[in-house]
Amino acid sequence: MATNGIGSSVKRKEDLRFITGSGRYTDDIQLPHQAYACFVRSPHAHATINSIDRSAAEAMPGVLGVFTGEEVAADGLGGLICGWMVKSKDGSPMKAGPHPILAHRKVRYVGDHVAVVVAETLQQARDAAEAVEVEYGVLPAAVDVAKTHDSGVDIHDDIPNNLVYDWEIGDKVATDAAFAQAKHVTRVELINNRLVPNAMEPRAALGHYDTGMDAYTLYTTSQNPHVARLVISAFVGIAPEHKLTVIAPDVGGGFGSKIFIYAEECVCLWASKKVRRPVKWTADRTEAFLSDAHGRDHVSVAEMAMDENGQFLALRVNTKANMGAYLSTFSSCIPTYLYATLLAGQYKTPAIYCDVQAYYTNTAPVDAYRGAGRPEATYLVETLVEECAKDMKLDPAEIRRRNFIPKDAFPYQTPVALQYDTGDYEPCLDKALELADYAGFPERRRQSEAKGKLRGIGFSAYIEACGIAPSAVIGSLGAGVGLWESAKVRFSHTGKVQVLTGTHSHGQGHETTFAQLVASKLGVAYEDVDVIHGDTSKTTVGMGTYGSRSLAVGGEALVKACDKVIAKGKKIAAHLLEASEQDIVFQDGNFSVAGTDRSKSIGEIVFAALVPHNYPPGLEPGMEETAYYDPANFTYPSGVYICELEVDPDSGVVEIQKFTAVDDFGNVINPMIVEGQVHGGLAQGIGQALLENAVYDESGQLISASYMDYTMPRADDLPSFVVHTTAGTACTHNSLGVKGCGEAGAIGSPPAVMNAVADAIGTRISMPATPEKVWRALQKTQLAQAAE
Amino acid sequence: MYAFGYHRPGSVADAVKLLADHPDAKLLAGGQTFIPTLKQRLAQPSDVIDLGGIAELRGIRAEGDNVVIGAMVKHGEVMRDATVKSMIPALADMAGVIGDTQVRNRGTLGGSISNNDPAADYPGAVVGLGATVITDRRQIAGEDFFTGLFETALEEGEIVTAVSFPKPVAAAYEKFRNPASRYAMVGVFVAKTAGGVRVAVTGAGPCVFRLPEFEQALSTNFAADAIQHLNVDASGLNADIHASAEYRAHLIKVVAKRALAKIG
Ligand SMILES: Cc1cc2nc3c(=O)[nH]c(=O)nc-3n(C[C@H](O)[C@H](O)[C@H](O)COP(=O)(O)OP(=O)(O)OC[C@H]3O[C@@H](n4cnc5c(N)ncnc54)[C@H](O)[C@@H]3O)c2cc1C
Repeated sequence: MATNGIGSSVKRKEDLRFITGSGRYTDDIQLPHQAYACFVRSPHAHATINSIDRSAAEAMPGVLGVFTGEEVAADGLGGLICGWMVKSKDGSPMKAGPHPILAHRKVRYVGDHVAVVVAETLQQARDAAEAVEVEYGVLPAAVDVAKTHDSGVDIHDDIPNNLVYDWEIGDKVATDAAFAQAKHVTRVELINNRLVPNAMEPRAALGHYDTGMDAYTLYTTSQNPHVARLVISAFVGIAPEHKLTVIAPDVGGGFGSKIFIYAEECVCLWASKKVRRPVKWTADRTEAFLSDAHGRDHVSVAEMAMDENGQFLALRVNTKANMGAYLSTFSSCIPTYLYATLLAGQYKTPAIYCDVQAYYTNTAPVDAYRGAGRPEATYLVETLVEECAKDMKLDPAEIRRRNFIPKDAFPYQTPVALQYDTGDYEPCLDKALELADYAGFPERRRQSEAKGKLRGIGFSAYIEACGIAPSAVIGSLGAGVGLWESAKVRFSHTGKVQVLTGTHSHGQGHETTFAQLVASKLGVAYEDVDVIHGDTSKTTVGMGTYGSRSLAVGGEALVKACDKVIAKGKKIAAHLLEASEQDIVFQDGNFSVAGTDRSKSIGEIVFAALVPHNYPPGLEPGMEETAYYDPANFTYPSGVYICELEVDPDSGVVEIQKFTAVDDFGNVINPMIVEGQVHGGLAQGIGQALLENAVYDESGQLISASYMDYTMPRADDLPSFVVHTTAGTACTHNSLGVKGCGEAGAIGSPPAVMNAVADAIGTRISMPATPEKVWRALQKTQLAQAAE
Repeated sequence: MYAFGYHRPGSVADAVKLLADHPDAKLLAGGQTFIPTLKQRLAQPSDVIDLGGIAELRGIRAEGDNVVIGAMVKHGEVMRDATVKSMIPALADMAGVIGDTQVRNRGTLGGSISNNDPAADYPGAVVGLGATVITDRRQIAGEDFFTGLFETALEEGEIVTAVSFPKPVAAAYEKFRNPASRYAMVGVFVAKTAGGVRVAVTGAGPCVFRLPEFEQALSTNFAADAIQHLNVDASGLNADIHASAEYRAHLIKVVAKRALAKIG
């Protein structure tokens, strides 16, 4: 049996190259005769482009070409698309304005790409970009999602009030009826702050048109190279799909922001044919802040109807979602199908209704960011539940316990479309209470008070949905793609294995976990398995990595490919061992005749398949099996997080004392990697709650456009986490029983932190809970108390 | 970056001459502010004069009751230096809370004070201790050196060579970090010196300033209680997305009390 198989905390294969600086990222790739692109970006949030004078730029040294939206239009290129058609309440399709790869006649946010300069060197490209003279006609801008409807600003033609869609889910009549009967209603108004993803590696692209082959290659920072290939060929129309290779080599973090197909990569590819040279662009950090798709930015009102015992009767929610200036690739499904479908949370609330208005504003596009919709749902539900507990004078643990979907109710159909296949919420709560020493909290609070500090504790019981599927269902809801996954297992003569996967690893550690999986399934040595991903010319067609789908969907495809290897191996073994195929059993890498000691190792079988001197007649030689897998449902990880913190009332500084995370991820392949994923997610979630905020001023300038003003969490902002993965409930519809763990930390943590802040200071404030906000809230309560 | 000429003189005299010969030249010290400025194309000097090769700008020495620190001495050196730690431990503490390890191992005293970032820590120490800035041509009292937002008393072509810090009776520096940049959102340097009590505030206003009311109150009782009843006027203080002027005014007192509490 392989010792590094499923369940062992193997050190990650990929880390040696990452931590020794020998990774190969897009910007590391140098092609002969490579030229450099520099984009001219809009300094205005909203303006007409009256004229572009490029003559000075074109005359500058080293300049190979200056291109604008006029050439894009003249070449008949299509634009970037949003791949999920969401329909409004009245059945009308969402209103998507055009999204050209270079702005045409108008700019709609600061950083919008107006022109590109291609030159021999990066410095020359920059110099010339400064010499491109753009005459703008500045227009008023709409920035705030709560105000854009009535702003009178028309961001796109023929899209009244900047309203993209007005969508709903759930039973409004039943919900309103339950509210009419309720003994008590608790209401909250919430802002989900806007975030900048900040992957360590900024976006980059290297486009290469090969004249001889009449074919294109795009190296790019992508989480899903096949999806990029599809959009760039079928919608932007730069190259037919069979003449386009997309390679996403090592990618230094994505968090969602590298799912999307961006203008810059399309422009580099397109321009490479114009100048007959490979064209490279690498974002600097300012460009990343301005032009990477941002995350979250919701304004919501939520109400819970309860009976006299704090039983939830109905939940009613209205959300306004900021989409930015253009609809990014998956933006439309984030505040709808990935958000409102999660509003049941872990609770058996019988009636739920939510409507969502999505708006354009003159800000960077907003799309999926770690958790994508589910953090928004969790923040809303878990804030509301904590307020319900307060209103009903119930312990926050108790109100949750009362409303949990009971263990025996699974599979559980929620009122908001999803059906949870499995779950068991109380054990997570119990474990979290124990690890957090909830019983000892009053004493710790007393100790803090003795030091002049305020102490608070906050809960969050999250649910999330990973591995969005099945394709037929999401198709019926408007998705433009299927969300299956693929894998190939390829053996060589010497018994070594290449795994080709349609998922993409940009920090998750697939090279390790997928190798562990194959080692376990096929009994080969872990060291003998290499995982290949990110190159459309090599790997199986796949949908990439996001939404915590790689293992639950891609891993299961890999299992199916392994099963095919075993099935074929049995035929070969039966021939070699002169037994009937039905009598061959496969275990720990050996094919043996049941009840005998006659057996052949998988290496011997593979060798026979590749050197078929003695081989079953009629059977194809070779050992290379491919499988595709379309899941029956999402998977539903869940957990309970408890945050305990101290507030310094003098300065308003919040310091997390302890953060306890208990998760049910179903079965686990590599516990160390899972723990790492939770740590990273918690850092981002705590970042959202306490530190991070993307701020535009009224004119649409991003004033938090560098690390001088955008607070990224640092190690010393965070406590040492207490992370525990329960034995859990195995997913019922994949053979591995796995659920996905990549986003949980970011989904579950913000409400735990904010509930703890509210518990400490006695009032609720918005994220991020900066020292000044906390201090002001305390001032206000003091004044109110003094007035009493 | 735009292209520029590069020079690495071996003496202050050579550097002064280079500056005179190249009116659009700029000095390079640790480069922690200057290099990012160049990379973002926010400055376009014709020439860059690197002070890194000038031995006379380095070194820390005790001169009577003063610690004299060369302009090219790095924050990390000040933080670890035995002379500084024994004579003015508050100064070593101050250097130790500048930026992070990488920044402290590049950034210099001369670069910091010449730049006079309103959120920098050093101006607090220079004014708080009543230090004297020494240049290639004169000596300038710390308070007269910092004249406004990113403005100093330095003349065209003048080079800071050292700063002389008098040993105080007691002193402490406390800093409330900007959560994003980790520069001072409010920094307060309190010192009891031969010439009286000094309280210098950095980070809160456009330029370092003293708080006479605090100083007066502390002259009779050098302890946190002495300023309990005082409030700082918010007018003229900085306001940004991290902190309003009002909050900064409040923090000045909180931070000053913490500095005083350190002295005990
Ligand atoms: C990430 C980061 C975090 C930081 N955090 C802090 C912080 O918390 N607190 C803080 O106080 N500072 C902080 N700094 C600033 C840093 O500590 C340096 O002090 C500062 O950048 C300037 O010093 P330098 O030696 O790098 O000077 P340079 O960047 O080389 O020069 C700065 C300016 O001073 C001029 N100059 C340099 N030397 C002289 C001289 N001898 N005479 C005349 N003019 C001169 C230069 O021409 C230039 O205009 C931070 C910097 C970074 C990059």
